[in-house]
Amino acid sequence: MGDGQTDSSGSAGAAGTGPNAAGSRPARSAANAITVRNVSKNFRLYNDRNQSLKATFSRGRRARYEDFRALDDVSLEIEQGTTYGLIGENGSGKSTLLKCMARILRPEKGSIEVVGKVSALLELGAGFHPELSGRENVFLNAAILGLSGKEVTRKFDEIVEFAGLEQFIDSPVKNYSSGMYVRLGFSVAINVDPDVLLVDEVLAVGDEQFQRRCNEKFSEMRDSGKTIVVVSHGMSAMRTICDRVAWLEHGVVQQIGDAGEVIDNYIAEVQTDRQEDDEGLGARWGSGEAVIDHVEIVDRDRRPTNRINTGDAVTVRIHFDAHEPIDRPVFGFAIFTLEGVLVTGPNTREAGLECARIDGNGVIELTIDRMLLLPGTYDVTVSLYDHAITHPYDFRQKVLRFDVEAGTPHETFGGVVSLAGRWAVTEGDAHPTRSEPVTS
Amino acid sequence: MNVLTEIVQSRELLTNLTLRELRGKYKRSLLGWTWSLLNPISLMVIYTVVFGVLFGNDPGIGLNSGIESFPVWLMCGLLPWNFVSQSLSGSMATLIGNAGLIKKVYFPRELLPFSLVLSLDVSFLIEMGVLVLFIAVLGSSVVGVLPWLIPALLLVVAISAYAAGIGLMLAVANVYFRDVQYLFTILLNLWFYATPIVYPLSLVEDKAPAGWMVTLYKANPMVEFVGIFRSLLYDWTMPGMASVAYVLVWSVGIFFAGLWVFRRFEGRLAEEL
Repeated sequence: MGDGQTDSSGSAGAAGTGPNAAGSRPARSAANAITVRNVSKNFRLYNDRNQSLKATFSRGRRARYEDFRALDDVSLEIEQGTTYGLIGENGSGKSTLLKCMARILRPEKGSIEVVGKVSALLELGAGFHPELSGRENVFLNAAILGLSGKEVTRKFDEIVEFAGLEQFIDSPVKNYSSGMYVRLGFSVAINVDPDVLLVDEVLAVGDEQFQRRCNEKFSEMRDSGKTIVVVSHGMSAMRTICDRVAWLEHGVVQQIGDAGEVIDNYIAEVQTDRQEDDEGLGARWGSGEAVIDHVEIVDRDRRPTNRINTGDAVTVRIHFDAHEPIDRPVFGFAIFTLEGVLVTGPNTREAGLECARIDGNGVIELTIDRMLLLPGTYDVTVSLYDHAITHPYDFRQKVLRFDVEAGTPHETFGGVVSLAGRWAVTEGDAHPTRSEPVTS
Repeated sequence: MNVLTEIVQSRELLTNLTLRELRGKYKRSLLGWTWSLLNPISLMVIYTVVFGVLFGNDPGIGLNSGIESFPVWLMCGLLPWNFVSQSLSGSMATLIGNAGLIKKVYFPRELLPFSLVLSLDVSFLIEMGVLVLFIAVLGSSVVGVLPWLIPALLLVVAISAYAAGIGLMLAVANVYFRDVQYLFTILLNLWFYATPIVYPLSLVEDKAPAGWMVTLYKANPMVEFVGIFRSLLYDWTMPGMASVAYVLVWSVGIFFAGLWVFRRFEGRLAEEL
């Protein structure tokens, strides 16, 4: 827990590190787009959900239920023009809070004030009528989201073009593929031109091209000073797009502050208890003459760990067992982000390490003097190949998962690796004063 | 009243939702909108044979119109009844049928039952239009019915408010207790025969063993609604002011009561659905 409970005044962000703190973020005096005051929300958990009158009369009341407190006295302020993230584990109340902001759920206590037009991307294409054409549904959906007929007519072409559905716009949406359906829904919602956009885990829609356009649209909205509230589990994406983040746990605000800092704390808190038995998350193949038993990461003191800090010295130990002698094997090691992006993938052959022959048990080590991965969660894939790297003896995907927490170099802007570069003023009037780099 | 302002502000959405109901209604059926007329026509034939021919109910000659036709007299009552009964059973399904929408988007939820009632208004008016054509042809003069159409239209507004008010209450009740719809189907049958649609009101007045029973019978607002439609379209006479006042009070009262009940219980709709 430790440094959890930071109050909502926003002082947590005072560190003022990443470039987003210095640059585009509006001054403290900016008006709030969303003000959440002491909001509590209960859900009824029915022990026996029987929606019939008979059951009601025989019990003498409707149904037995327990109150489940999804939000407990939550207060937060979201300044206009901020991209604000809500994070927390499943059941932490972040989606509930978003739905309260969207006025879909009504909190029992407290108030939520939203300034400007709100559009919520909770489910794309909600309210599409399957029998009606895409055209008719655009008008209907836009009206549901609060756009006037005139505005829809004006934006119609843009909406259809963005969804890439020019050809199909007059066929009934029931004939659409799920991708087309979602694209049209997204296109309508984003073109409503809201002042406040609420997004719940729907960023990953459509193909790559469409995703890129969505992201462009998001940055466009950010740049034009719109307020965006995002709920997501994808920490690396949240780190990149959010200015500020609120971390919820069991309906209570744990911390509010600058995105990088809160996400670091969240990961540190939540993912410490990652189990060793994560081993073998992915696929495994190979002929099996020699196998990789397990892989571990050890720290400077050679203690196994799966939590390291940026800049730490670490060693990857690959334990193998060759059932029969194998000449000139090649060991490979790769790090992937959770999104599946390859970060690096060195192997022994390219690094110039020739193992003449392996037989029986053994360990091969990869020493990394400075781990330059930025905070996030990563997967390790290892392989054992023949010398030509054509025949796999053992290939183990996602054999190990580890977390990187903030360290030195400290960067909160996001991304995967630090290049550990050095800044200097070489011309001009700026007189650099030496200061210690920020460490966490 | 802020409820009303919100509804007025979202009139465009109301139009769109109504269009959705109308467009979606007969999609994928071969005859499409013809069904909207075939249905009442089939009922007209059945009721005319059973209650007009077999039971020998005689509506008499229309006072000023000179029409003497059981089918026309029947339809003057059956069309408003069909409108109300379809509005109520339809309203009950609107919230459950649009659960996906309610859980994902905010808009004034009243619009769902309202749009259903409005879409039924459209078919109601089309059916009435056809009926008026018959009245014009069968009546003593072709244009004689025209002056009576204006009060008839006002009555359509009143009966719509009445249907929407009850519809709102049923819609929200059905979310909390799903068997409201089954119970209501039975009540609807009872209500149909407790309204002088297939038989004249005079029959009840003649045969009732006690006066209070007639009073009780007439307390049903549908008795007056049907009575006024008949006096306007079949008899071409002004209905009694007491009857008019009675249905107006019911319409306005039920409409606002429905809004109040709906607002009272809609808060947890997204959770209960």
